[in-house]
Amino acid sequence: MTVSVQTLWSTVRRRRLGRSTAQLAETARPTIIPVPEIAPNDPLVAYLQSVAAAVDIEDLELDSPALRQMRDNGVQMVVPLVSQGELIGLLCLGPRLSQQEYSADDRTLLNNLAAQATPAVRVAQLVRQQEAEAQERERIEHELQVARLIQHTLLPKTLPELSGWQLAAYYQPAREVGGDFYDFIELSDNRLGIVVGDVTDKGVPAALVMATTRSLMRAAGQQLDSPGAVLERVNEALYPDIPENMFVTCLYAVLDTATGQLRYANAGHDLPYRRHGTEAIELRATGMPLGLLPGMAYEEKETVLEPGDSLLLYSDGLVEAHNQDGDMFGFPRTRELIGGFVDTAGTLIDFLLTELSQFTGSGWEQEDDITLVTISCSAAHRSAWLQSESEGQVSDRDPLAAFTVSSVPGNERIVMDRVAEAAAGLDLPETTLEQLKTAVAEATMNAMEHGNHYQEDMPVAVEVLHAADDLIVRITDQGEPYIPENPEIPDLDAKLAGLQSPRGWGLFLIQNMVDEMNVTNDDSGHTIELIVHLKGETHGSPV
Amino acid sequence: MAVQFEAEVRQAPEVAVLDLHGDINAFAEPALTAAYSEAEAAHPGSILLNFGDVHYINSTGIALIVGLLARARAAGRPLLACGLSQHYVEIFNITRLADFMTLFPDEQSALDQGAPQGAA
Repeated sequence: MTVSVQTLWSTVRRRRLGRSTAQLAETARPTIIPVPEIAPNDPLVAYLQSVAAAVDIEDLELDSPALRQMRDNGVQMVVPLVSQGELIGLLCLGPRLSQQEYSADDRTLLNNLAAQATPAVRVAQLVRQQEAEAQERERIEHELQVARLIQHTLLPKTLPELSGWQLAAYYQPAREVGGDFYDFIELSDNRLGIVVGDVTDKGVPAALVMATTRSLMRAAGQQLDSPGAVLERVNEALYPDIPENMFVTCLYAVLDTATGQLRYANAGHDLPYRRHGTEAIELRATGMPLGLLPGMAYEEKETVLEPGDSLLLYSDGLVEAHNQDGDMFGFPRTRELIGGFVDTAGTLIDFLLTELSQFTGSGWEQEDDITLVTISCSAAHRSAWLQSESEGQVSDRDPLAAFTVSSVPGNERIVMDRVAEAAAGLDLPETTLEQLKTAVAEATMNAMEHGNHYQEDMPVAVEVLHAADDLIVRITDQGEPYIPENPEIPDLDAKLAGLQSPRGWGLFLIQNMVDEMNVTNDDSGHTIELIVHLKGETHGSPV
Repeated sequence: MAVQFEAEVRQAPEVAVLDLHGDINAFAEPALTAAYSEAEAAHPGSILLNFGDVHYINSTGIALIVGLLARARAAGRPLLACGLSQHYVEIFNITRLADFMTLFPDEQSALDQGAPQGAA
C-alpha cells in the first residue's frame, strides 16, 4: 500500500527558554518549519489514519523516525487529513504564540478545519496527479512518434530490383516501437548486402542506436567484402559509444546475384532459414551481438541459393509471439511452416503472417516489432543462369525428348521408360538412372492425379533436357496450381501406429532420388522440374 | 511396360512365403491383400515377401507394404523380405521399412536365418 502524505507547513514559534525579552521579541515571530516526509511504512501513518483527529505528539509513544524529526523541528500538534481511510496530509503546529497549551476548543476548531480542508486538498492532489499523468502520456507518445519517425525514415523506401530475384520485406512496429531494422546495400559486381538487426530496448534510445548501426553497416559494407569483417568493424565502432545495457543483434549477408552464392555472418541474431524444396535449413554462424564486447571475431559461412530457393531473415517478434495460452510461436513451428510452404499459396511472408494471426488469435497485442525479409531465386534465374553457362557451348543444352501421355493410372511406367531411353546416351550410372526413373514416375503420378485429376483428355507433358552439367526432366500438367501431396516428412512409426496415412511417400521419394526439385506455376500449367547433376558429387549413393 | 501383379502363397515350415510377380502399385492391392490373408490364415511363425520377380514399386506400393507391416506387427508376426533389387533396398532403407523388416538377398538365406526356429 502506498501512503501519500501531503507535506504542509505550519507556523510555529520556537521556544527559547531562558532568553531575554529582546531575544524573545526577536524569536516570537511566526516561523515556518519543514514537516518531514513520512515513509509509507512509518507506524505514525497507521496511527494517524486510525485516530483521524488532532494529536499532541508529546503523548505519542511510537518508534517512528518521522515523529522524532517532528519533535526535533518543534512540532507540538498534528492534525491528520484523512480521506476515505487514507492519510493524505497533515496540519503540523508548533506551540501557541501565547505559550499556552492548546485548549479543547482549539482542538475542535482544528478538527473542523481539517474536515473542511481534506476534500479540497484531495481534489487538488488528484488534479495535480492527473496533470502529471497527462504530461507523462504526452511525453511518451511524443517520444514514440519520434522513434517511429526515425525508423520509417531509415528503413528502405523501395526494394532493389534484381533480375531473377524477388525481394520482399515486412515491418510492423509494436506499439512501443522496438529497435528492428533491415537494409539493403547495393555493392559492386552484382552483389547485394542484406542487413537485419534488432536493438535491445525500445523507443527513441533504440531508434538512435539503430540509426547509428545502419550508418556504420553501410560504411563498412561498402569498404569490406567479408561479412565477418564488416560486423567486426561495426562492433569496434559501436562499442565505445553504445549506452550501457544496450546491444544490437545483426545478421549481415552478401548475395552474389549472378551465382546465388551467399556469404553471411551473424552477431547474435536469429538464424536465417534457407528454404530448399521442402527443407528449411538453418544458416548457422556464431558471433556476439554488436556493442557488447570489444575485439570480437565473427564466423563467416557460405551457401548457394539455387533456383526455387528462398532466404528468410526475421526478428524475434515473430518467433517470440505468444498466444492467449502463453504458448510461444517458436522456432520449430517457424521452421516447419517454411518447409511446408509452397509457392502456390502466395508469398512466404503472407503465409507466415497468416499462420501467426491464426496462432495468436483475435485481439492480440503485438509484443515486439516484427520484421520479415525474403529473397527468392526464381526459376527464370535458373534459365538465365543455364543460358549464361551454355553460351559458347550450345551443343551442351539439347532437348533429348519431348512427349505427352494421357492421364491414365499406370502411364507413369511409360514416362519412366521413355525418359530412361532419352537419357541413355548420357551413360548415367545404373543407380542414378534407377533413382531418376522412380522420381519421374512419382512426379508423373502427381501430375496425373493432383493436376489433371486423372482426366484422360488432359495430357501430361514431359521434356528431357541436357543442359550444361545437368540432366533436367520437366513434367507439366494442365491443372490449377496445387500443393504437392503431403509436404511433411513421412513418419513410418506414425503410419504403423495408425496416426498417419500409409500413403504420402511420393514427394519424399522424389526429393531423395534427384539432386534438385523445383516447382513452378505459369500460364501453361504446373511444372515439376527434376535435376540430376552429371558431374561432381551427386546424391544418392546406395544406402 | 507395366506388368500385372500376381501373388502366390507357399507354406514352408514356420514360414509362409508370398511370391510376388509384376508391378506393385494401386492395381496390386486386391491380389496382394488376398494373398497376405491367405498366408496369415495358416498362422505361420513369420511371413516372407519374395520380391524376386518385382521390378517396379511406386509410392502406392510402398503404402501397401506399410499396411501389411502394420498387420504383421499387430499379430506379433515378423515380416521378412527377400529378392529386392539394390535400388529398392535403398528405398526400403530411406523409407525406414528396413528398420521393421529384415531384408535378405534371397529366399534361401531368409529361410535359413529369418525363420523363427532358425533365427540366430
